[in-house]
Amino acid sequence: MGKRIVYREWLIHPEHYWGLLAVLAAVIAVGGAAALYMEHEGHWVTGMTNSVVWGLPHVFAVFLIVAASGALNIASIGTVFNKPAYKPLGRLSGLIASGLLVGGLLVLVLDLGRPDRLVVAMTTYNFTSIFAWNIFLYTGFLAITIGYLWTMAERKGNKYQRPVGIFAFLWRLALTTGTGSIFGFLVGRTAYDTAVLAPMFVVMSFAYGLAAYLLILMTSFQWDGRPIGPKILKRLKDLLGLFVSAILYFTLVYHLTNLYGAKATDFETFLLLRGGIYTFLFWVGWVLVGSVIPLGIIYHPRLGKDPSWILATCTLVIFGGLSALYVIIIGSQAFPLEMFPGRTVLEFGAPGDVGGTVAPYAPSLPELLLGIGGVAVAMLIVSVGIRVLQFLPESLSDKDMEGLAEAAV
Amino acid sequence: MSQDINQVSQQRRRFIGAAAGAAAGAVAGAASAAGVVVAALSSSVAGNAEAAPRTEPVSDRHRWGMLIDTAKCADGCTACVDACDRENGLNLQSEPLGNDEEKWQNQRPVWIRKVKLQDNATGVVTNLPLMCQHCEHPPCVDVCPTGASFKRADGIVMVDRHTCIGCRYCIMACPYKARSFVHEPVEHKLTRAPRGMGCVESCNLCMHRLDEGQTTTACSDACAAGGHHAILFGDLKDPDSPLRQAMAAQPSRQIREELELNTGVRYAGL
Repeated sequence: MGKRIVYREWLIHPEHYWGLLAVLAAVIAVGGAAALYMEHEGHWVTGMTNSVVWGLPHVFAVFLIVAASGALNIASIGTVFNKPAYKPLGRLSGLIASGLLVGGLLVLVLDLGRPDRLVVAMTTYNFTSIFAWNIFLYTGFLAITIGYLWTMAERKGNKYQRPVGIFAFLWRLALTTGTGSIFGFLVGRTAYDTAVLAPMFVVMSFAYGLAAYLLILMTSFQWDGRPIGPKILKRLKDLLGLFVSAILYFTLVYHLTNLYGAKATDFETFLLLRGGIYTFLFWVGWVLVGSVIPLGIIYHPRLGKDPSWILATCTLVIFGGLSALYVIIIGSQAFPLEMFPGRTVLEFGAPGDVGGTVAPYAPSLPELLLGIGGVAVAMLIVSVGIRVLQFLPESLSDKDMEGLAEAAV
Repeated sequence: MSQDINQVSQQRRRFIGAAAGAAAGAVAGAASAAGVVVAALSSSVAGNAEAAPRTEPVSDRHRWGMLIDTAKCADGCTACVDACDRENGLNLQSEPLGNDEEKWQNQRPVWIRKVKLQDNATGVVTNLPLMCQHCEHPPCVDVCPTGASFKRADGIVMVDRHTCIGCRYCIMACPYKARSFVHEPVEHKLTRAPRGMGCVESCNLCMHRLDEGQTTTACSDACAAGGHHAILFGDLKDPDSPLRQAMAAQPSRQIREELELNTGVRYAGL
C-alpha cells in the first residue's frame, strides 16, 4: 500500500473561525425566524398558491438533498471503485453529504403546512407513497454515511470500509432515484410523467454534489494554506465536466421525448419559448451559465488549470442547478393541467383563478431566507466538523499524492 | 347510546380513526423554537371506545358518484358553487389583511368550480362543474406519505385532518386540480366541516349528509332547485338507482379518461 494519509483539524485563526460561525448562526437564525413567521401566519404570506404549491423552499431543499447524495460520490470513487487518489477526499465527502442532507431536510420539513406534525410523518406511513419511502431513504442515508465515516476514520473499522462503501453507494443511488421519482411518478402532470427524471436526478446529483464538494474543499484549503496539487484538481474538474455534459445529455433526451409526442408540445413551447422567467432560467441559467460556460472553462487549456476559474465554475454549476430545479419544480406547476384536450378553457372558477392559464408565482422573502438558512445549516455542520475532527487531509499536493496515485494503477 | 346531536361528529371521529388505523394519534400543541420543531403527542387517541358506535359502518355496498349533464349546466350560473361554499363553511373565509387580491383568488380554498370550455374545432361552448372526481384509483391517495389522503369504503376520497402534515404532494398528484391547501388561519368554521390552516381539503361529496342517512349533496340540491338538474348524485353500485338509469340512457365519459382512474364523477355531453 502507498503512503499514509495525514488528516488534521482545520487550523484557521480562531477569529476567522468564530467569525464564520457567527455569520452562519445569524443566517440560520434569520432563516428560522422566516420559517416561524410562515408557520404562524400561514402560507398566504408566501408566493405559493393552489396552483404552485411547492415554491422556492422546495428548490433549495431538493437541491441540497440531491447535492448531498452527489457529494458522497467522492468517497465512493475511493472505496467502491478503488481509486486511491480519492481516498484522502473520502472523509470530507461523508461530512459534506451529511451536512447538505440535514440542511435540505430542515428546509423541507419547515415548509410543511403543519411542521409540528413531523411526528405523524415519522410514525404513520403509507408505503405506496414514494414520499414515505424517501423518509426512510433520507434517514437511512444519514445513518449509513455516519457509519461509513466511522469505517474511514477508525482503524478498527477500516476492514468494513469497502462493504459499507458499496452499500452507501447503492443507497445513494436509490435515494436520488427516489427524489427524482417524487416528480417522475406524477402521472397527472405533463412535465413530470416520465421515468427519465429519475436518472436525470442521479446525474444532476453527481454534478451538483461534486461542485459543492470542490467549492468547500478548495475554500477550506485556501483559508488554511493547505496545498492542492494540479493533478488531483484536474481529475476533479474533468469529472465535473463529464457530469455536467451528462446533465445536458439528459436534458436533451427529456425535451426530445416531450417534443416527439404531440400531447406535450404545448408544454415544450411554453418552457422553451414563451415561459417568461422559466424560459429565461432554462436557457440562461440551466443551459448557458450552468452547463455551457462551465464546460468552456473546464476544457479551456489555460483557464481549466486555474484554481480561481475552477472555483468560479463550481459556483456557476450550483447556480445552474438551482435554476434547473426552479424550472423543473416551479415551471412545471405553473403550466396548466391539460384536462380538456382540443378545448380552450374560457373560465376556470372564480375570477382570478388561473386553472386554465399559466399560474403566476413570485417567491417571497421568507421563502428565500428559509432556503438560504438551510444552506447555512449545511455549511455550519461542515465548518464545525472539519474544525473539531480530522476530516481534511493535510496536503493534496502532487508530491504527497504520488504514492497513492501509483497504487491506483 | 344516546341520540344526541353529537352523534354525527362522534361517528365521524370513530370512522376517521378506524380508517387511519390504530396509529392515528391526535397530535396536539406544537412547540417550535429556533427552527427546530418539536411535536407533542396528546394522550387522546382518535377512535377511542367512548365514541358512539355507528349503527351501520361505512361499507362498500355503495359507491357514491355523480353524473353531470353538461347540456343542462347553465352559463353564468354558480348555484352549485355557492351552495358548496355555504354547506362547508367556505363562505366564511376572509382574505388575510394585506394580501394581494389576485394571489388570494389563487390561494383561497375551492371545492367546486364552474368551468367554461370552447371546442377548438367547432367553437361549441360547454359549461360544467368540476370538483374532486372521487377516483377508484386516486393518485392523491397513492402519494400521501402519511395516509391522510384516503378513500372510504363507499368511494369517497377525502383528507384525514388529524394526520395531514400539509406537504401538498396530493395537490401535485391530482390530475383535476381539485384540492386546496388552507393558506390562511381559519377563524370561522362549521362543526360539520372542520377546517384548519396548513392542511389540504377537497370535496367529500357532503359526507356529513350521507352519514346522516341523506342521499343528496348540496351542489346537486342547489342545481335542482335552480331548475337545471345538471348534477345527479347517487349510488353507482345500485343498478336501479336513478343515477345508474341516467347513465344507461346516455353516453358519458370521465375527464382525463386516459389515466384510467375510474372516476366516480362522470360527464355527459362532453
